[in-house]
Amino acid sequence: MTRTDTRVGPATARPTLDRARPFWTGRRRDQLTGYLFIAPQLLGSALFVILPLILVVWYSLHEWNVLAGTFTFVGADNYAALADDANLGAVLRATGLFSVGLVVFNLALALLLAVLLNQKLRGTIVFRTLFFSPVVVSLVAWTIVWGFLLQDNGGINGLLDTIGVDGPNWLRGETTAMLSVIVVQVFKNVGLNMVLFLAALQGVPGELYEAAEVDGASRMRQFWRITVPLISPTILLTSIITVVGSLQVFAQIAVLTQGGPGTSTTVLVYYLYQQAFQFHHFGYGATLSIVLFGIVLALTVLQWQMRKRWVFHES
Amino acid sequence: MSRDLSPRTKLTLYGLLLVLAVPFVFPTWWMVTSSLKPVADIFAFPPQLLPVNPRIDAYQRVFDLQPFAQQYLNSLYIALVVTVGTLAVSALAGYAFARIRFRGQNVLFLVVLAGLLIPSEVTIVPLFQMFFTLGLIDTHWPLILVPILGAPSVLATFIMRQFFVSLPGELEEAARVDGLGRFATFWKIALPLSRPALGAVAIFTFLHSWNLYLEPIVFLSTPEKFTLPQALTQFVDVYGGPMWDVQLAAASMTALPVLVVFVIAQKQFVEGLAHTGLKG
Repeated sequence: MTRTDTRVGPATARPTLDRARPFWTGRRRDQLTGYLFIAPQLLGSALFVILPLILVVWYSLHEWNVLAGTFTFVGADNYAALADDANLGAVLRATGLFSVGLVVFNLALALLLAVLLNQKLRGTIVFRTLFFSPVVVSLVAWTIVWGFLLQDNGGINGLLDTIGVDGPNWLRGETTAMLSVIVVQVFKNVGLNMVLFLAALQGVPGELYEAAEVDGASRMRQFWRITVPLISPTILLTSIITVVGSLQVFAQIAVLTQGGPGTSTTVLVYYLYQQAFQFHHFGYGATLSIVLFGIVLALTVLQWQMRKRWVFHES
Repeated sequence: MSRDLSPRTKLTLYGLLLVLAVPFVFPTWWMVTSSLKPVADIFAFPPQLLPVNPRIDAYQRVFDLQPFAQQYLNSLYIALVVTVGTLAVSALAGYAFARIRFRGQNVLFLVVLAGLLIPSEVTIVPLFQMFFTLGLIDTHWPLILVPILGAPSVLATFIMRQFFVSLPGELEEAARVDGLGRFATFWKIALPLSRPALGAVAIFTFLHSWNLYLEPIVFLSTPEKFTLPQALTQFVDVYGGPMWDVQLAAASMTALPVLVVFVIAQKQFVEGLAHTGLKG
């Protein structure tokens, strides 16, 4: 993060013996303005980010039954309960499957679309608009339509039928249900990553390809040896955004599968919601929140570490 | 990779683009056309790409079954208030972190940035409890206050800061010479220049609020207070099965206005999001 400090105003801490100098110097006044400017954001963060984060730790140490009105300190019991929770393994597995599937499919498709849109073709703006459009469609509306399309007698199986393929009941099979929620989410948001990739591709200098062409490198080789390394900072950025986003998936699961069939699509956030707000196990819900936070934190740290390893350069 | 292509390559590329466009466009097409079909035709085989017997009574029933106009208004006003509020909070904080020197600046910036690492799902349990204690459950306050002041606005502040850092300092210098104070400099010089960043922040803030689902279903319980995403899932028959035609009509009314705005202003949407901050 570079700072271009071109601030003007009185020089800092000018030594002076003038005791009559007023307290409200321009510098002090400016400092105060700075604090006032950040005050809403800072107080908001304290109240709605930091305080809840402390409270979630506190709650996770308690057994809390809202209906019975009891709130008792139980120490690490909720954490011990994690180990005994027969569902947790399946939940983490579903969360992992969803994240990996989403990230791989999303980034690959985003990159493919960006490369296609970066060709010298007329009308790429139209396609860019089409590919981006689901981003602005209301998430639940988008999910409802896909739920409709994925019914056993819905549009997708209808289309498959016309070419003689008997489609499965997508949302009722464990594997197809997971596949469905991934696909629905990919098409909803892949446009964002596509646009970021497109901006990165346009930043790759054309001379590099010309030079490679002279050397007789094939298109594929150029792609892997020039394009991918040069846009690696964007690949890292999009993968962080997508991984963290994938852990937050909720509406799609709630609308399409309610975590089923069985627990096959019960991802961590959905499980947390069930425990806290459907079964009223707030203490255990708070413990699951901490598990979620731990995963997000670990993944972010891991990805920033990876940046040093394989990202070609930093602007 | 913008080299001239042979006509054959071009044809292949167009074909590929068209095929790839289907899963992006077909759902919206299917949503709108199916909402105009009588129930009997909705699952007709072969699928009707255009309604054979178009009718609009599903749209009428949307308003009969739910206070849908009220719910629409709820979503709209909440999203607008959140957008304006986030712009104000993030522009002020972003400007101060970029342009004003004050003690503890870097530490405070890190404290704020922590919000980027904490998904709102992590804090939903304590937030529910906090608003419960304040007696603000089943009101719109949590849906307004948390996005404006909490974690969702942190990204906005970060983007605004990145933008203000890149502004040339000479402009502010000139303003100083003219005797403008800090706030006047911010308001009259920096803010008008930051229109592209403000636009991008406004777009993603509006969409974020418009799409919110977990928070409304946690905080709201009265249908008159529901927001659109929540309302859309309420069109079910007595057995809990979805009333597809009505649900799709409601979904169409939710999605189409934003899509129209997007198509008109797609350049601002796409380029704003690509070039402002998110890259930084």
